Amino acid sequence: MVYLTRKAEFSASHFYHNPDFTPDENQRIFGKCNNPNGHGHNYTLEVTVKGAVDPKSGFVVDLKQLKDVMSREVLDALDHRFLNKEVPEFLTAVPTMIPTTENLAIIIWQRLAPKLNAAQLHRVRLYETPDLFVDFYGEA
Amino acid sequence: MVKHEARSMKAHLTRRYMFSASHRLHSDEMSAEENRVIYGKCNNPYGHGHNYTVEITVSGPVDDQTGMVCNLVDLDGFVRTHILDRYDHQNLNLLAEFIKEVPTTENLCIAIYENVKRGFRKAHLEKVRIEETVMNSFEYSGER
Repeated sequence: MVYLTRKAEFSASHFYHNPDFTPDENQRIFGKCNNPNGHGHNYTLEVTVKGAVDPKSGFVVDLKQLKDVMSREVLDALDHRFLNKEVPEFLTAVPTMIPTTENLAIIIWQRLAPKLNAAQLHRVRLYETPDLFVDFYGEA
Repeated sequence: MVKHEARSMKAHLTRRYMFSASHRLHSDEMSAEENRVIYGKCNNPYGHGHNYTVEITVSGPVDDQTGMVCNLVDLDGFVRTHILDRYDHQNLNLLAEFIKEVPTTENLCIAIYENVKRGFRKAHLEKVRIEETVMNSFEYSGER
């Protein structure tokens, strides 16, 4: 079993607000992130897949294929978007799903997992800043 | 409407912090010569310092209401009070936890892990990882 990680970057804006909370609660829990006009980050995404090395190609996965799936399923949907208002998972979720780094890592997993046929998704690591990242392994 | 498949799934959250401190690697259990052989330059009696980077990894279900494993304000506040205020710009050898233990980064990793494990209740502590320099890093997950 070999693990392979591919990186990508995207930039997006978001804000944290839960309509089930009072304005005070929103402010207390989410602080500056509650600003309804939004703020942005440069996210770095690391997608790790695992699998046996194919004896003919020497690959765990065709990197071009992985890159294409990441571009189509993740970057096209998230890069230069306002996550709350343009990404279906966050826009239409009832009750609200807050576009935290945790939830963003989970929806990236859910977007990628069904599209990767050659290798198995092992981990989604998402950096919101160089000092803060979330790992999601598909665990319930 | 999007179904809430994300609800309550388990995620790991890692936060990086920095502090600077000095130390000297020296064990009273060994002779001066043994100390010099084993610790080399790190045995210099005047000590030396590092810029340490500490990564704290916590895990737990992502809260339905907040979308968080734990509120970063809580984690940052705890680490500031219990770790950074304790170690930043200090001589590690003079701290209680290193009176008997040598302040290697291995032992520092364990001390920080135990400190966070004992006091931080808002999420499960998975791991403490410390970069002593960009070339050396150490991890402790509580395994004996």
